[in-house]
Amino acid sequence: MSVQRGQQVLELAKVCRTFGDGATSVAALRDVDLTIDAGEFVAVMGPSGSGKSSLLALSGGLDRPTSGGIFVESTPLADLGLNELARLRRRAVGYVFQDFNLVPTLTAAENVALPLELDGTPSREAYRQAREAMDLVGIPELANRFMDEMSGGQQQRVAIARAIIGERRLILADEPTGALDSTTGQGVMEVLRSRADAGAAVMLVTHEARHAAWADRVVFIRDGRIVDQAAAMHDPAMLLAQAGF
Amino acid sequence: MSIRHSLLALLQDQPRYGYQLRVEFESRTGATWPLNIGQVYTTLDRLERDGLVQNDGDDGEGHVIYSITPEGSLAVRSWFDAPVERNNPPRNELAIKLALAVTLPGVDVAAIIQAQRVASIRALQDYTKVRRDTAANQRPADTAWLLVLDSLIFQTEAEVRWLDLCEARMVQQAEAAKSQSARQQSTGVTSEEVRRAEARR
Repeated sequence: MSVQRGQQVLELAKVCRTFGDGATSVAALRDVDLTIDAGEFVAVMGPSGSGKSSLLALSGGLDRPTSGGIFVESTPLADLGLNELARLRRRAVGYVFQDFNLVPTLTAAENVALPLELDGTPSREAYRQAREAMDLVGIPELANRFMDEMSGGQQQRVAIARAIIGERRLILADEPTGALDSTTGQGVMEVLRSRADAGAAVMLVTHEARHAAWADRVVFIRDGRIVDQAAAMHDPAMLLAQAGF
Repeated sequence: MSIRHSLLALLQDQPRYGYQLRVEFESRTGATWPLNIGQVYTTLDRLERDGLVQNDGDDGEGHVIYSITPEGSLAVRSWFDAPVERNNPPRNELAIKLALAVTLPGVDVAAIIQAQRVASIRALQDYTKVRRDTAANQRPADTAWLLVLDSLIFQTEAEVRWLDLCEARMVQQAEAAKSQSARQQSTGVTSEEVRRAEARR
């Protein structure tokens, strides 16, 4: 990956998102400031309706803010037209959703290669990179399977491979473990963690503390505002001594 | 934690001296519960007094070796056979703190919950990191340690889920109170009047 650790990949500055207008308007996000660096894994937690998913959609250019600025690798998303935005989404940003969003008529490898092919990469090269991404998430043997031949956990890994193909610097995951059992869910966390360790910026939206705990930083959001952040203490010895009652 | 039974179980394995028992206990539990050597010797004295271990004398290098007696073996077996006592119920400082907080005026319960949530998630992050590092270069001796870590992770996760529940309850209560007062405003009847009406019946 060409990005350098510590380099800022995502920046949200004073971002507000309001749905509707007048007396019936609802503020989904209010004055949100957030940055994520290359190599950093950030989890966003909060009750349902707190604005978690809006934050993710805005960060990847799937939605536009009512006010404030969003920058992906210093590019202001507001300056991009629809086509440029779509190109950025295919090139730099990877999404993982709760419902895997795979195309049922394509094989796993074809699904993974799709964003590159849409972007003009020759088929053979896209397919080669797809195989590489599938190796990285530990599913090289699933390349020729169709969706109905895979378990939920396997489909989610395919979806993650699709999200990391090419040089994705920003990976956005919205409750990616929602439909999975806990062991498979942990496997998904391992993959996200290893992508961050390899230099990607990862944002995970989750309501599961166990999964958020894989992140370097946990951001708490409530009524559209960031209310708190937790970073690991990195002094496990002290913590374990405390657990000694 | 039962130091008494833990030491007996280790002696069941083979005769050992005090310092060895401490090292063995800590390596098998990942040093999560440090034992002080004084505790080990006091416990050995009591076990000997109760006939569960016997003093086999000096090993020639100044270590007093202890071995388990048949009564001791029985005690180990019944420890493993019986579920651990729930301590009726175990004292939980967080639960006590919140129970008092919700009943006292002027205490910001939501702030207490959030502060605790941040602290618990932070602990969970650290446990998860230690677990990840341990699992990545797992040696056979780490199996027991991974089990202990999993237990700490589950306990902390349960704490966070319980905090979420406490918070949701409080929000529900606040909303119920709000809609009750809205209903009363709309009917023009105060809660005092309702109480009096009920008392007359």
